[in-house]
Amino acid sequence: MATTGVMRPGHIQLRVLDLDESVAFYKDVVGLVETGRDAAGRVYFKAWDERDHNSVILRQADRAGVDLIGFKVKDKATLEQLDKDLQAYGVATERIPAGELLETGERVRFTIPTGHVMELYAEKTDVGNGQPYTNPDPWIAASEHGIAPHRFDHCLLYGPNLEENLKLFTEVLGFHLVERVLLEDGKSLLATFISCSHKAHDLAFVAHPEPGKLHHLSFLLDSWEKVLRAADIMSMNRVSIDIGPTRHGITRGSTIYAFDPSGNRFETFCGGYETYPDHAPITWTFDEVGAGIFYHDRKLNERFLTVVT
Amino acid sequence: MNTPAPKVFHQVTIVETGEVYRCREDETLLAGMERLGKRGIPVGCRGGGCGVCKVQVEAGEYSKRVMSRAYVSAEEEAGGIVLACRVKPLSDIRLAVLGKMKKNVCATPSAAAADARQS
Ligand code: FES
Ligand SMILES: [Fe+2]
Repeated sequence: MATTGVMRPGHIQLRVLDLDESVAFYKDVVGLVETGRDAAGRVYFKAWDERDHNSVILRQADRAGVDLIGFKVKDKATLEQLDKDLQAYGVATERIPAGELLETGERVRFTIPTGHVMELYAEKTDVGNGQPYTNPDPWIAASEHGIAPHRFDHCLLYGPNLEENLKLFTEVLGFHLVERVLLEDGKSLLATFISCSHKAHDLAFVAHPEPGKLHHLSFLLDSWEKVLRAADIMSMNRVSIDIGPTRHGITRGSTIYAFDPSGNRFETFCGGYETYPDHAPITWTFDEVGAGIFYHDRKLNERFLTVVT
Repeated sequence: MNTPAPKVFHQVTIVETGEVYRCREDETLLAGMERLGKRGIPVGCRGGGCGVCKVQVEAGEYSKRVMSRAYVSAEEEAGGIVLACRVKPLSDIRLAVLGKMKKNVCATPSAAAADARQS
């Protein structure tokens, strides 16, 4: 599949309660690379294998959670077109000037029906993954420091209006529905897993009355062995583990979930399948959603389902 | 070799259930409860961000760290309403549990909407 239009989740700005503690955590336990700090006090990170300047941005605040998520689009013409398309669809957009986030071009910001702030942008400085683009080695020292995921991969967000939200992403932003979970009535959406690429999900949503909540952000590893290594590193560092290592029925990923020092849940996972826009979506019924979420436990887990920031 | 300093313990009583456990001075009220496999205070993120471990300290001294204002206001905090994962005991503690897991995700859409109207 040619990846055009919206390409991938590119950045997430997280709120943290204690900046220094969180910087140390994302650097040494998660194993991200610090790439900058701005005048507003925000700290920028990327995963070692990412090429663009930043993907995770920490902002000190009086509450945890997510400020915004940015998606990189193919080029500036795409950005202009999507801004027009959003407005024509009735979504108010706002322009954030280039440079407001370090090494990032102009952004188009809007609020989606679940209450989350989303952004589109076309430009972020390519700083590379520590390897040249000619004759690179497969990995570098930074890929062994901490959990050291390859990339920021996707998020699961909690909020209302899932039907309306799905329409916006599929009809305007070019996403396709990969999997969905239905409520007890067999019709309404409990959850949606959507992709703008080959990935089984670039974003996921769960129905929840409070808008704008973060369930987790997720980082990609390349093997089940690395997921176990991540679990070991978490326990060595007394990280608050939520659940895992285990496997999802939905998207088939192998995974472990834990919480950052401010209580924001994050996932480190591997696997899952590849998807194409012509694939029929997979549906999970409410009575089997336990197995959909954790394939071996096969039952609903209250903390996993209800704790958000 | 240095001998480690002796650990200081305090008694924590959860008033609703009468559950009593020994909590170290260097661990949070929530961590102490969990380490002993005890129950009573709901366990969420353990990082002061999700609000499910909210308690009212009715008696006792404690130290505390920054906790989410989305769940505990400054006035509440001044009145001893805190998140148990951000508080360490300095004396014996008596506490009442305020926080709970929200069941919204398992509710039908109409029930979820009713919940939303109430909150
Ligand atoms: S467990 Fe989340 S705030 Fe204490
Ligand atoms: Fe995930």
